[in-house]
Amino acid sequence: MTEPLHGVQLTVNGIPRELQVPARRLLSDALRHDARLTGTHVGCEHGVCGACTVLVDNVPMRSCLIFAVSVDGAQITTVEGCVGPDGELGPVQQAFRDCHALQCGFCTPGFITTITSFLETSPRPTEQEAREAIGGNLCRCTGYQNIVAAVLRAAEIINDPATGGTGS
Amino acid sequence: MTTKLFGQRVPRVEDPRLLKGEGRYLDDLGHDALAAAFVRSPHAHARVTGIDVGPALDVEGLVAIFTHEDLEGHPGEPLPLLIPHPALTHGRTPYALARDEVNHVGEAIVMVVATDRYLAEDIAGKIDVTYEELPPVVGIEAARSATALVHDDVPGNVAATLVQEIGDARGMIAEAPHRGSLRLTIERSASMPMEGKGVLARWDPDDRSLLVHTSTQTSTSVRQALAAKLDLPVDRVEVVTPDVGGAFGVKIVHPWPEEVLVPWAAIRLNRPVKWTEDRREHFVSSAHERGQLHEVEFGYDDEGHLRGLAVRFWHDNGAYTPYGLIVPIITSTQLLGPYKPGAYRVEFQSLYTNTVIVTPYRGAGRPQGCFVMERVMDAIARDLGLDRAEVRARNFITPDEMPYDHGLVFQDGRPLIYDSGDFPASLAKLKALVDWDGFEAFRSAAAAEGRTVGIGLACYVEGTGVGPYEGGHIRIETDGSVVVSTGLTSQGQGHQTMLAQIVADELGVPMDRVKVTTGDTRRFKYAVGTFASRTAVMSGSAVALTARAVREKALRIAADALEASVDDLEIADGLVRVKGSPAAAIELGTIAVLSNPLRYAFDEAASRATQFATPADPSKPPVAVGERPGLESTDYYSPPRSTFANGMHAVIVETDPETAEITILRYCVVHDCGTIINPMIVEGQVHGGVAQGVAGALYERMEYDESGQLLNASFMDFLMPYASEVPHIEIDHLETPSPLNPLGVKGAGEAGVIPGSAAIAAAIEDAEGIVISAMPISPSELFTLRQARQQ
Repeated sequence: MTEPLHGVQLTVNGIPRELQVPARRLLSDALRHDARLTGTHVGCEHGVCGACTVLVDNVPMRSCLIFAVSVDGAQITTVEGCVGPDGELGPVQQAFRDCHALQCGFCTPGFITTITSFLETSPRPTEQEAREAIGGNLCRCTGYQNIVAAVLRAAEIINDPATGGTGS
Repeated sequence: MTTKLFGQRVPRVEDPRLLKGEGRYLDDLGHDALAAAFVRSPHAHARVTGIDVGPALDVEGLVAIFTHEDLEGHPGEPLPLLIPHPALTHGRTPYALARDEVNHVGEAIVMVVATDRYLAEDIAGKIDVTYEELPPVVGIEAARSATALVHDDVPGNVAATLVQEIGDARGMIAEAPHRGSLRLTIERSASMPMEGKGVLARWDPDDRSLLVHTSTQTSTSVRQALAAKLDLPVDRVEVVTPDVGGAFGVKIVHPWPEEVLVPWAAIRLNRPVKWTEDRREHFVSSAHERGQLHEVEFGYDDEGHLRGLAVRFWHDNGAYTPYGLIVPIITSTQLLGPYKPGAYRVEFQSLYTNTVIVTPYRGAGRPQGCFVMERVMDAIARDLGLDRAEVRARNFITPDEMPYDHGLVFQDGRPLIYDSGDFPASLAKLKALVDWDGFEAFRSAAAAEGRTVGIGLACYVEGTGVGPYEGGHIRIETDGSVVVSTGLTSQGQGHQTMLAQIVADELGVPMDRVKVTTGDTRRFKYAVGTFASRTAVMSGSAVALTARAVREKALRIAADALEASVDDLEIADGLVRVKGSPAAAIELGTIAVLSNPLRYAFDEAASRATQFATPADPSKPPVAVGERPGLESTDYYSPPRSTFANGMHAVIVETDPETAEITILRYCVVHDCGTIINPMIVEGQVHGGVAQGVAGALYERMEYDESGQLLNASFMDFLMPYASEVPHIEIDHLETPSPLNPLGVKGAGEAGVIPGSAAIAAAIEDAEGIVISAMPISPSELFTLRQARQQ
């Protein structure tokens, strides 16, 4: 029996897309394999690691726990959409580079999206708040210390773009 | 002059791509490939009595179902035993698909290939495998008792017994003024990279060639293994390692069953096939590490000098031994750390259990050895009423004793000889960093507030830069760009940055002109792999030597062109110039043009090297005798033996008087990896290692029940630390260069993890006054220890 396909309209990083997917297609797989935006990564497929975090209508969500059909019509931001206006590193991405907040880079997209959302509501976090903000994402490489620093650095860049610059 | 990059905090060249979501990890490739899924054993130990694929056959999207019966010839034989050892008298390896017996939950039995992964899993779910269950052997005690056997033909479940002895340890212990003994255990954890394994294979039937992408730590050896397994000429197989989402040891094992089966199926089906491991598969079918039981006897004098040390330990190697005895050999040798043991005897048995295989995980047997040795040091200090740091200092190998020969054989089959290190200096730095001498005042102040705190320290030595060799190839293109390749692979360590720093310095070019490729056999075919903190030592030295050869050639050609002596030339900013007369200069790109005499002008640069373009001496051949075309070179680095990095950690913990919750207040690290190429990267490696050390000390363990089911095979239940569990880490460096390689480097990848359990156990013991002999330790276990003390 062939699985019925459903049309799903998503606006991904500002670009409208129409995907034809089975009802059980996870949003993570739809983004990665149908939209071919492979920046969103899948680390556990049970919603614990946070690598697949994307912004659904500006709210961070685990795309491995969402069926694509259930977010029909939504605005999705992935790590590819967290770049600057000319495709250069966005503020959170730049902060990660400045602070050596990534090693293998596999968990990084979920941190970038999570932190991007966090800083919109908490633009001047303390170190403790920064640590709590990333408290739902797993990283196996960095020990988190430089990610905490990157949250604070990203806030600096966002609040005072003059200091952001190229960073390196 | 080009600024020296070696030693600088150079931002990583890998980052922009990875940060923008432009990385290419295994599952980002081959979107249109067929997908593989596996039926895996739900039993720890069973005979496979039947496989019924009938219900699966009418699922749309099915392409093929394979069992062991389909694997004719070499693919159907057991996978290779990668590192044989004379003591491994009963080595056993699995079949790519189980033939008639399964020996752990998760062992692959049936391979399904379908048009997409969802469908492949549907089909796998409809295949009915019947089993006759056999008694499972779970845990070291069950393996030792041998009431049941994992492999019928392996008596006592013993894969290997190995003894090493230097001096008469038992005699020295018997005669020592003081004696002690300890029984110590460390439980299983695992590398657990965020990205699991994965393989994509494409077979080109016209070219009769195979291109495999795999998330591995050794593409060159996977290539050789696949050629052997699939009966292909080696030159028809290429293996590429894409971006790898962490490895930490587990991806050095090869070929994994799936690494054989996916290419095999791609050839058989004449279609690209891909398999991406999911998290549960990673838990139950990749590899674990750490599980060991140690019985230690030691003798010491009134000053706390160790006179003799005798260690017997039992190593749980899981169901098979594809990676030989590397982990227990490392434990047995690296246990000694920075200390002189007096006489030393170590004996281990490597035991089969019906659990996932055990192969190196970052630290690779060292955390267990360090835990044992440091527990001994703390026991001596406690018994004699001495300061724990002082007891360690009294047992240190001193700088004037370097190189220090322990008289043992290391994991590389070569003598265990420490090349460098200044342990007293490292300890002095650590004591200053953590304020060791000021701790009692801190303890008193905390006690006055009703708080319980403790401090511990642990020291380790890590054999790094293990041979046999690595190589490098460097070519300067006619546009002056520098193309570097080395055969070993990268998993996030920043190798491209670190190697580019070395090459840019050696060649006198800006770093942004240097592009490094790792782990692609199309580019470099001779390599060993990435493990044992060896990349900076091995590939770093290899590319440095290669760059020197390229530089020499560039200067030779430039001297000719500039009509100057080589000795009068220098290279800076990509320009070869005559010292003192900057006008007399030639670009490296132009030298590359000159190095390759051409007949055809395929581009502008080439036109400058054609036969009528330049005046030439008609009496000489265009390529001089002994020269080769192209501004390029290949060189290799093969050291006589390993380098030995070292470090010391100190930890301050607080334990909750009511809940027994354990909180790390400070975590201090002194680290000596020889000369440092990029401090930012080294510190990042230390941070990540410490996080895994903390994880192994306080959180992570593989919970098998007595039937061999892994009860916590998910991130919900296996407690990998989040940011809330990993403390802020304070680091100081000591640089004692290695005399063994041209850069003086010693390797940094694994260091941070090694002393975690030892240091944290010591700190908890100090806080609580309860001897800690098993790690990891949870609050409830500490609570139980407190209750036991009160009874």
